[in-house]
Amino acid sequence: MKGLLFEHNIPRIAASRIISRLASTQRGVNVSPLRLLDIDRPALPGPQWQHIKPILAGICGSDISLLEGKSSRYYEQLVSFPFVPGHEIVGTISGSSDKQRVVIEPVLSCAARGIDPPCRYCAAGNTGQCINITSGHLHPGLMIGYCSDTGGGWSVSGLVAHDSQIHPIPSEMSDADAVMVEPTACAIHAALSLPLMPDSLVGVIGSGTLGLTVIAALRKYTEVGRIIASAKYPHQRDLALSLGADQAPGSDEISRAIRRSRHSTVAGMTVQDGADIVFDCVGSRRSIEQSLEMLRPGGHIVLVGMGYKTAIDLSPLWHRELSITGSYTYGMEKINGNTRRTFDMAIELAYEANLGRLVSAAYPLERYEEAIEHAATAGSRGAVKIVFDLERKAHRSFTATHTSRLEKHEYE
Amino acid sequence: MSPRPGYVLEVDRTTPPVLFWNGEGYLLERLPPEQSRIVYPPDPLKPLEDPTEHIRNALSHPIGDSQPLKSLLHPGMRLTIAFDDVSLPLPPMQQPDVRQLVIEEVLELAADAGIEDVALIAALSLHRRMTEQELRHALGDRIYDAFAPYGLLMQHDAEDPDGLVFLGTTDLGEEVEINKRAATSDLLVYVNINLVPMDGGHKSVATGLASYRSVRHHHNVETMLNSKSFMDMHHSELHSANWRMGRYIKEQGIKVFQIETTLNTNTFPPQFSFLQKREWEWGPKDRASFIASSKALSIMGDRARRALFHSIKAPLQLTSIQAGEVEAVHQVTIDNVLKQQLVNVDGQTDILTMGLPYISPYNVNSIMNPILVACLGLGYLFNMYIGKPLVREGGVVIMRHPTPLAFNTAHHPSYIDFFEEVLADTTNPAEISKYEESYATDPWYRELYRTGHAYHGVHPFYMWYWTAHALDHLSSVIVVGGNTKAVKRLGFRPASTLADALEMAEDSVGGSPTITHIRVPPLMMAEVS
Repeated sequence: MKGLLFEHNIPRIAASRIISRLASTQRGVNVSPLRLLDIDRPALPGPQWQHIKPILAGICGSDISLLEGKSSRYYEQLVSFPFVPGHEIVGTISGSSDKQRVVIEPVLSCAARGIDPPCRYCAAGNTGQCINITSGHLHPGLMIGYCSDTGGGWSVSGLVAHDSQIHPIPSEMSDADAVMVEPTACAIHAALSLPLMPDSLVGVIGSGTLGLTVIAALRKYTEVGRIIASAKYPHQRDLALSLGADQAPGSDEISRAIRRSRHSTVAGMTVQDGADIVFDCVGSRRSIEQSLEMLRPGGHIVLVGMGYKTAIDLSPLWHRELSITGSYTYGMEKINGNTRRTFDMAIELAYEANLGRLVSAAYPLERYEEAIEHAATAGSRGAVKIVFDLERKAHRSFTATHTSRLEKHEYE
Repeated sequence: MSPRPGYVLEVDRTTPPVLFWNGEGYLLERLPPEQSRIVYPPDPLKPLEDPTEHIRNALSHPIGDSQPLKSLLHPGMRLTIAFDDVSLPLPPMQQPDVRQLVIEEVLELAADAGIEDVALIAALSLHRRMTEQELRHALGDRIYDAFAPYGLLMQHDAEDPDGLVFLGTTDLGEEVEINKRAATSDLLVYVNINLVPMDGGHKSVATGLASYRSVRHHHNVETMLNSKSFMDMHHSELHSANWRMGRYIKEQGIKVFQIETTLNTNTFPPQFSFLQKREWEWGPKDRASFIASSKALSIMGDRARRALFHSIKAPLQLTSIQAGEVEAVHQVTIDNVLKQQLVNVDGQTDILTMGLPYISPYNVNSIMNPILVACLGLGYLFNMYIGKPLVREGGVVIMRHPTPLAFNTAHHPSYIDFFEEVLADTTNPAEISKYEESYATDPWYRELYRTGHAYHGVHPFYMWYWTAHALDHLSSVIVVGGNTKAVKRLGFRPASTLADALEMAEDSVGGSPTITHIRVPPLMMAEVS
């Protein structure tokens, strides 16, 4: 059965980086080491593993970076080739009689790797911080979708997942809501990474998948005061507001909106009394600089978007005693005196907030180049999340609704 | 021979294309024959031949209940001379500016009277502070160098708690708070330039030297909807409120000697003289100037084009000066303004077209941002009428202007936020007021207004209130050639060409509409029968 395989081919990675920049992501993908092949499903690595047959698998920003050859070389030792991408997955357990649908928590931490006792981070439930992602009985890999042993969501034949990674979902939850669970878990983890007071002013840079789910998570699980989210496109603005942002100015307008909210003075480009926390859901040099410009003294940046190698003037970080913290995946969250697994919260939020509405289009695997191009240019095309429809049947009911709504916004 | 009055040309197939201003540029457009007319302003009036002599005469022969200025001046008194700011005249006039001529004469009399406590105040109201260059241009180097180094050339600060004095409230509860130096002077001499009928009279002091606390009582949407138009003082709630306040100021014992001047409409220097000629009277030189300048402008960058236009100094000339008691003076002033600008127009039109130039009162040496475009077209030009608007109720205004999505960050900081935040929420003038206080009291805008060259934080609201009457009256506003994003944010409809705009307008006014084009500048007031 068909699947997309990413191989370790440095000349092709370099070529895709150049061509993506000069032409388009689609052309970059053409020359990248991603190939549509007949792939057998991977063998089960152990007794507590299951075969998973994906229904929908999302295309994440990190996948696009990988395919455009933009990923940092930092990750080279943290993955194993060749691998099948795809870590945002809703599917079924192969062979199960009840066709129970599940979502996959893809991080390959100590439990999945057969390491017992687990590292202290996994023991505390912070699997995203696992220090053994290159050890154990699996080849290296941050998560399913980057490990040569597990397969990934972009394959009709399926993947394997450890019992600790498998989360059943309610029968009333749509496939579209379910495929949003993994990015939603990332957003919840980011939203809860720092304490937020009821009068906190929060900036969210970017209203793509991460930005929108961060807004939803902030509203659901925190008592944050005002949320100002930058939205480049009209459909992003509408979605940001509907998910709980108080204001959704344009991407060049957010600093001024933050300033207005605090009635602050400005020195140079820097808002003197700005946001308490900025969630940077883009991760570019400009977005980090923008974040530094709009924080109050002692404020915090949460880097939700995947960072990369860049040069930034850290003078304001030093002078204004700012901090920047990364936010990667999920684990356990402390909330209202309780500890909850992020994925459980994400299932709850994705369903309640109908986050499946962010899924704008589903493509069959054969049209992967178009799908990836669509994902890479989602904002300008009135879209948010693009997914692969591995069963080639489930997509029509929701994509018809969502894409028509989003396209309508684009032309308004 | 007296100058020609204004003229209404019925467009037929032989009518040459008409000039439309288009921001920092202009072009020729053909209007549909047999259904269009063009309203031309009167030719410039003949100027007073010896301005200085007329100024002296006005000061020594005041109008109304006032003694000659000389007899009001005595040693030991405190004298304050306030003057209109950079928003007047338009374009800035060639030197010597009439304010300089008048103030020099006032200062001569003050010196003769042995007065030592004299100060000058630019009556900014909530406008931006003038630059040194602008002050020197308006007052001349002699006055500037005599007063500025000693801190005696001031700019009114509507947010200075120590520089304002609260006088009380009018019968209608309007708070009157004005400049302390002016209010505590033995005599306040106000030197005005009355470019349009909205200017002058009690508005000079009651607005020009007032605080936000005071100005907000008449600069609001209710006032604008009850001013039809605010250019017609007898049907303007804006004037009524200012008159109440002005009379209240007088009742508090503040003595004002008002000096008002009117200018002709000699708006453009010789190299641009074709811009105020009627097209069918263009000679070969005019046509060549039009073609050459159009070509040159088309290859210039935005900055160069802006710099070129804002370097234009108008050869405006004094046509009248009157001094004395405020109301008596202003009545004569208005008569003189209308003598220059009034055009009789027979009946209203379905569609009013206008080409908007590069300048408005609030972007001298600056960028005409989208909010100012709206204000110039729908606030100023739409309201230049007596009787009833040129365009019928439910009609359409078509404006031509590039409407760049650009702002001068030093002059118009709150405009940027207003555009991004307020207009993104609503373009209804009645609804925007919920944001007003927040902008008016924003400490950063206050800081920039008081120490930089920024308009007051509330100023964009006033610009939008200025459009209220037009927005209430019209069914649609179309902008030809404007930045689509900016035009849509204003709540208007963008069109690529005038022909497209006329076709779009028919959706609102029906087929075969009547069209009236006002050929401004120079400025005109339409008396619509």
